[in-house]
Amino acid sequence: MRLNAFVLTAVILSSLAALPSAALASDGNAILEKDCASCHNLKGPAPQTLKELWARKGPDLFYAGNKYREEWIVSWLQKPQRIRPAGEFYGDHIKRGDKHDVVDEATLKDHVSLSKDDATAVAAALMQLKPKSDLTAREKIEPGTITEFMGGLVFDKALGCMACHRDQPDEGGLSGPELYTASKRLQPEYIASYIRNPQAWDPKIWMPNKHVSDQNILKLVYFFNLLGEKQNDAK
Amino acid sequence: MTRNKLLLALLPLALASLPALGKETAADNYRTYCVQCHGMDGNGKGVNIRDMSVQPRDHTDAKAMSARSDDTLFKVIKEGGASIDKSVLMPPWGDTLSDEEIKDMVKHLRMLCKCKFGS
Repeated sequence: MRLNAFVLTAVILSSLAALPSAALASDGNAILEKDCASCHNLKGPAPQTLKELWARKGPDLFYAGNKYREEWIVSWLQKPQRIRPAGEFYGDHIKRGDKHDVVDEATLKDHVSLSKDDATAVAAALMQLKPKSDLTAREKIEPGTITEFMGGLVFDKALGCMACHRDQPDEGGLSGPELYTASKRLQPEYIASYIRNPQAWDPKIWMPNKHVSDQNILKLVYFFNLLGEKQNDAK
Repeated sequence: MTRNKLLLALLPLALASLPALGKETAADNYRTYCVQCHGMDGNGKGVNIRDMSVQPRDHTDAKAMSARSDDTLFKVIKEGGASIDKSVLMPPWGDTLSDEEIKDMVKHLRMLCKCKFGS
């Protein structure tokens, strides 16, 4: 009898403890469906044709739990800042300029901001979306560091990533997401997996598979960590 | 036999209803993958070029483009600039485009430059 009472108490307590996050995810799902689904793909699959790719207005979120850091989502949704300088799809947000094509800022829209409670709920719901765990599970990120000079060499000279990506706020290409906050936003296993095979995540994406070696993938992950730390220092 | 004929007759209909996963046009591929560096007009003045150490090829430059064979163009699109001792800023598109799409892209480049190899 005493044992039963103990078990019952334990079950009730553990259920209560589980309530907040479950309730959060539930609220978050409602917000996602109501306010986010018109611009973000929450169910997959990724675009299978260029027409579908061009129609995309924001990043796919159906694998958000494999991609983002939860604390970053909470923070960013309260104070969103542009990550893709030329928006999505970049081809719809460029125009001819004097010296070269430029971003047509007038066509870009700011992301809505959420309250702390809503941002927390949405982040909890997004982190449940993990259909691509098989890809991230293959990545083993050994701890390590790299100097800014060596990281820059890999990023720029060896692999040419800077053609499309920025490694600091005013340096690099514009058609891809900036990468100086990548380590704040993204899980390292996602970064590694995406570099290894972008098409495994997004078959039609305009990022090529450069067949980057394991060693250079790790170097890029360390370089992005370094860039993230620099951003912290700048604050 | 009649049933087989019926199935055969329905085959085109079944194929037509499959998702369009197949080949894209060269113009659409160019807009998606090439314009970011080679520009909306194919003149090498893409939105990404400001900080590039090596500027992208002007695809409307008949003189420069006629110096490259179709095979070389195919190779550089599929395997990237490094495969012909050119810049790594030109990436390999072999995992994005099929060989057939790359062949179509070579034809598209010939249309942009209004030129042929050796002309």
